[in-house]
Amino acid sequence: MTTFALVDGNNFYVSCERVFNPKLEGKPVVVLSNNDGCAVARSLEVKALGVKMGTPWFQMKDLARQHGIIALSSNYTLYADLSNRMMSVLRMFSPDQEVYSIDECFLKLDGFGFDLSGYGQIIRQRVHRWTGIPVCVGIGSSKTLAKLANHVAKKRPQWNGVCDLGSLSESELHALMASIEVGEVWGVGRKIQEKLAAMQIHTVLDLKQADAGQIRRSLSVVVERTVMELRGISCLALEEMAPAKQQIMCSRSFGAPVMLLTDLREAVTSHASRAAEKLRRQASVAGAIHVFICTSPFREEDPQYSQGLTIPLPDATSDTKKLVKAVLWGLRQIYRPGYRYAKAGVMLMNLSPAATQQNSLFADEGADEESARLMQTMDLINRKRGKDSLFIASAGVRKHWQMKQGNKSPCYTTDWGELAVVRC
Amino acid sequence: MTQNSWGGPRPGSGRKPVSEPTVTLRVPVSHKETVVALVQRLKSSPVVRVPSWLEVHALAEQPPFLAIPLMSHSVRAGFPSPADDYIEKRIDLNEELIQHREATFFLRVRGHSMVGAGIDDGDELIVDRAVTPAHGRIVVAVVDGELTVKRFFQRDGVVKLVAESADFADIEFKDGQEMVIWGVVTKVIKSV
Repeated sequence: MTTFALVDGNNFYVSCERVFNPKLEGKPVVVLSNNDGCAVARSLEVKALGVKMGTPWFQMKDLARQHGIIALSSNYTLYADLSNRMMSVLRMFSPDQEVYSIDECFLKLDGFGFDLSGYGQIIRQRVHRWTGIPVCVGIGSSKTLAKLANHVAKKRPQWNGVCDLGSLSESELHALMASIEVGEVWGVGRKIQEKLAAMQIHTVLDLKQADAGQIRRSLSVVVERTVMELRGISCLALEEMAPAKQQIMCSRSFGAPVMLLTDLREAVTSHASRAAEKLRRQASVAGAIHVFICTSPFREEDPQYSQGLTIPLPDATSDTKKLVKAVLWGLRQIYRPGYRYAKAGVMLMNLSPAATQQNSLFADEGADEESARLMQTMDLINRKRGKDSLFIASAGVRKHWQMKQGNKSPCYTTDWGELAVVRC
Repeated sequence: MTQNSWGGPRPGSGRKPVSEPTVTLRVPVSHKETVVALVQRLKSSPVVRVPSWLEVHALAEQPPFLAIPLMSHSVRAGFPSPADDYIEKRIDLNEELIQHREATFFLRVRGHSMVGAGIDDGDELIVDRAVTPAHGRIVVAVVDGELTVKRFFQRDGVVKLVAESADFADIEFKDGQEMVIWGVVTKVIKSV
């Protein structure tokens, strides 16, 4: 029988901040998105105040003053480092690991014996001891059940952070499943939940006991698979290799609203450069590029405008210069003066491996090779001398539009100049 | 004797139909049996299964990059350098100073309460969170929400953090007060 564990960091970003700043322990803390815009992580104390994921900062300012909520800018360098540490500690516990996101991974525990709860506790203590990150462990015979178990471990203190559904009798399992809303099941979003409700399926147990054929007919084969997974029939295998991304997105909200085309040009150039760098890192080329700009939906008093354009590329490429050229042309088409733009972004699409690239009839192969060498050199210099040592001039030098990171913690673990201070 | 036992085709005689050119091989008499047996086995199992790891290797278009220690002198047909036998990799401080990579952090010291232990203001500490704090070890603990470095004392029911300087008082922990040890200091880095 298959056995999966899902290990996942509790309020991961907030926990990362607390490792080096113990003062934040027990206090309400939010981490805000890139532009200091919206809550992307909330401590338990903040969740208890009813702040939802994605709430814009200016909407919770009053609440923050009232309850002393501490707002931090996101420090992805720190989170990525602690995530890597956490994942390598977890790798010690199973030969098969799938890193599912920055703060969660699946481990395969087939044939690991009977006391999986005990094993889960060891995992939990080791990760906390070694990295400072508190985690919860959910164990089940399919990935969907492991996810559900993790939800139980996290929400119900009597489980002490580890829930092994395999340790329950059938009647205990059913009682537990009857007490959880079907919307908590992995893959059941709001829309599916509404449709299920119409079929009188409200709890996890209802879904487990539903007629699989009927579910397939009225919803989809994907939801049918979820039903099978809830019954303990593993349909989703561990994906040990992260598949190359099919799209690469790079977008940021501006520090302050932007009105001028020149500022937008700088921003999209910068985003396109960053996206192209990621594209080259995964050895792919893009067949099309999408550019979009929009005003802030949160500023209801402002006139609203939002537009995007996809530009197909004659030859798939990963050359920053070509991508930037396409994106600036696209921006010119969609830009309208007079709006206060809050966000701009670039998305690379139709990705394919660079090795299987097919050139158009008119491609100049010599020039391609030259551009590939130039890009390689640029990436090398930027890796050695730091991000943006070399950049496309239209990305601008002053970057008024750039995000504010008013309250970002130091890069404690990756920058020798920013080490955490220990009193003595 | 009848005519029909003579002449005509004899089964198995004549030139064998060959699908490919052949070669004659000399094999030692003692190995003949082995070679014949091998050929038979090959014939009886026409599908040769390639192990999956072999296929993976076969797919690589470029040979992997190999790091080879550089010989700093040119090769001469004369007296060989006696040092060649002693090529070793370089010393890697990460390997020497860090036992648990995932659990090791660097912290910078501010203050003077540990001068007696050789820890001065501005030094960097290597702190290993995987090491179990034991009586007498220098630890990083959480005191009033701050990371603090002191010597850990745990004897006869007394738990305290001891300073290594006469100017600083020890920090004692009473029943019910929780002391959180963040990690154990394993090395001190000093500029001289």
